Amino acid sequence: MGAAQQSATGIGSENGTRVGPAGASAGVLQPHTVGERDMVQLLDAAGNRRHEDTFGPYVDELDAKTLRGFYRDMAVVRRFDAEATALQRQGELALWVPVVGQEAAQIGSGRAMRPADYAFPTYREHGVALTRGLDLADLLKLFRGISNGGWDPRENNFHLYTLVLAAQTLHAVGYAMGIQRDAAADSASEPAAVVAYFGDGASSEGDVHESMVFAASFNAPVVFFCQNNNWAISVPFEVQSKVPLVNRAGGYGFPGIRVDGNDVLAVYAVTQWALDHARSGKGPVLIEASTYRVGAHTTADDPTKYRASAEEEAWRAKDPLQRLETYLRAEGLADDDFFAQVKNDGDELASHVRRATLALGGASIRQKFATVYAEAHPLVAEELAWFENYEAGFAAADTQTSQGGAA
Amino acid sequence: MKTMTIAKAINEGLRATLANDAKSFLMGEDIGSLGGVYRVTEGLKAEFGAHRVMDTPLAESGIIGTAIGMALRGHRPICEIQFDGFVFPGFNQITTQLAKIHTRSDGQLSAPVVIRIPYGGGIGSIEHHSESPEALFAHTAGLRIITPSNANDAYWMIQQAVSCKDPVIVFEPKRRYWLKGEVDTENNPGDPFTAHVVREGSDATIVAYGPLVPVALAAANAAADDGHSVEVIDLRSISPIDFDTVEASVNKTGRLIVAHEAPTFGGIGGEIASRISERCFYSLEAPAIRVGGFHMPYPVARVEEHYLPDIDRMLEALDRAFAY
Repeated sequence: MGAAQQSATGIGSENGTRVGPAGASAGVLQPHTVGERDMVQLLDAAGNRRHEDTFGPYVDELDAKTLRGFYRDMAVVRRFDAEATALQRQGELALWVPVVGQEAAQIGSGRAMRPADYAFPTYREHGVALTRGLDLADLLKLFRGISNGGWDPRENNFHLYTLVLAAQTLHAVGYAMGIQRDAAADSASEPAAVVAYFGDGASSEGDVHESMVFAASFNAPVVFFCQNNNWAISVPFEVQSKVPLVNRAGGYGFPGIRVDGNDVLAVYAVTQWALDHARSGKGPVLIEASTYRVGAHTTADDPTKYRASAEEEAWRAKDPLQRLETYLRAEGLADDDFFAQVKNDGDELASHVRRATLALGGASIRQKFATVYAEAHPLVAEELAWFENYEAGFAAADTQTSQGGAA
Repeated sequence: MKTMTIAKAINEGLRATLANDAKSFLMGEDIGSLGGVYRVTEGLKAEFGAHRVMDTPLAESGIIGTAIGMALRGHRPICEIQFDGFVFPGFNQITTQLAKIHTRSDGQLSAPVVIRIPYGGGIGSIEHHSESPEALFAHTAGLRIITPSNANDAYWMIQQAVSCKDPVIVFEPKRRYWLKGEVDTENNPGDPFTAHVVREGSDATIVAYGPLVPVALAAANAAADDGHSVEVIDLRSISPIDFDTVEASVNKTGRLIVAHEAPTFGGIGGEIASRISERCFYSLEAPAIRVGGFHMPYPVARVEEHYLPDIDRMLEALDRAFAY
């Protein structure tokens, strides 16, 4: 008999092991406190307003124009997303990363931020980009192969998309630590916080862990905003975690909030609370927004290979736009004219993005040579000089050929 | 002029940086009250405060990743990685993020993070404490890599690294930390990304850097006893490499030996040999010869003397070069 088998029979329960529930003694960790059905919700899937003492007041004070603005933002981002998907299908983009289904998580959190706050996105935060004031056409430079960035992050305090999962969570914490240092050097500096976006898939990356350790240790003003859209390409959430991610916050010693990520009002409220918490020096907060990636991971993905359409249908019933529309109409806060105007705004944005994308032109290899280093670099200079000479050789050959042809 | 060890020279260089640049600060494991496992940061926390000399959680990706974020905010982090073999948990942040942020942002952003890494063997230590991973970083565009071999360079290079707008890795030759030398704290030695001819000669050129520069000088002295005049170049900068200085030397001597502790396969020596073969083909009397570590993980301390290039290994390479 092999050692492995001996060992296996030695710990088998049929042999009368003493291992049972750990009990309630001091020193025994008790189970997680936030369950799969628990979440902050201020607007249910049917569009009914729910009242809640801590977060409700953040929404109670909002005027009709702001509430309509949430709807408008979500609707135009959805329209933008459809246009970008179409551009990819027409061969104008190498790839697109659809955001459909996650509009409330992004608009709610983005609208909770102030201009001085800073967002570190993944590569799917098109809705957050809108709230930060980006020209959404700039997002497409990355997907058209023209730039690996596409905008100046300092103009809107919206960092570049990061494709290596979770790498940006550490940048976000470092940036927040930088805000702390600035505040220490100048007490008159405007309080600000950072939002670190990541997803359920990235939550398994070590950088998320290290970012939370650093944030907790240095009390950094950062809000970890996890959009749990339930799928990491084809791998379901259960493979990343057996319990809601929000429970991890307790292990790091900072607050965690699980929110209905398809409820823009609740997302806005909890993010406001978390940003207030962070800005006022109380340290980090983890928000887990429960949402769903209704579309594919990217335009290269095929969800029919790994998930049931019934699941998608169940989530479509929780659509973030539909429930806010129901609420706005029921409360008399928006009429047909408003929704017609929103549709028009979305079409105009889509038209602008299409025109701007098609007008982008090409990229420049010389610009790539010029931006490897900030300071002069002899190897880059040598290789650029070689390249120019090489290219000039073709130009000279072309000239000779055309001259020969003419003669 | 002051006489000090390389470790003390780096300490003084860091002290000068902290005093002159209010945005600069040190971060790493055990660098505060302990002063670093090699005491390179000794006394700096007491002088500048925990705010400027930060003990971090034990997480290398976290150190580099948060340093990037702070640099994006306009601060000047100087990170210490405790040992060469422990840089790899931070390798992703260094190569996919730090090295690329400038070009990713089309030149709009810079992340001038400085990373100090004690490297190399010869200290009789345990696994992961004696490695020379510089080629892995040199292969990554966007990084600059320098390595001092003497106290004067150690004092100035760390300050020049912090002044640079690009990310800079400073590989510190840990077995030479206690090597004493003269430091001129008034006049800096100029561009850190250049090689220096540290011994003139006419028959062969040995290119070395960091911990092997004293070995190369000793080998050149031994060769002189046999009637060979050997020039020694301290490369100083591993990325970029100052090929012009090496080229001028080899055009004069006709023979090139490149020495480093890192394995020769896929290493810096191969890069230098290849480029110099192109540039100096008609001047070469012999093929460029590399002296370096073997293609094996850094061996146990009891046999590292067989792995590390020493004077005899360099003399053997010179013999081969002179045999052509």
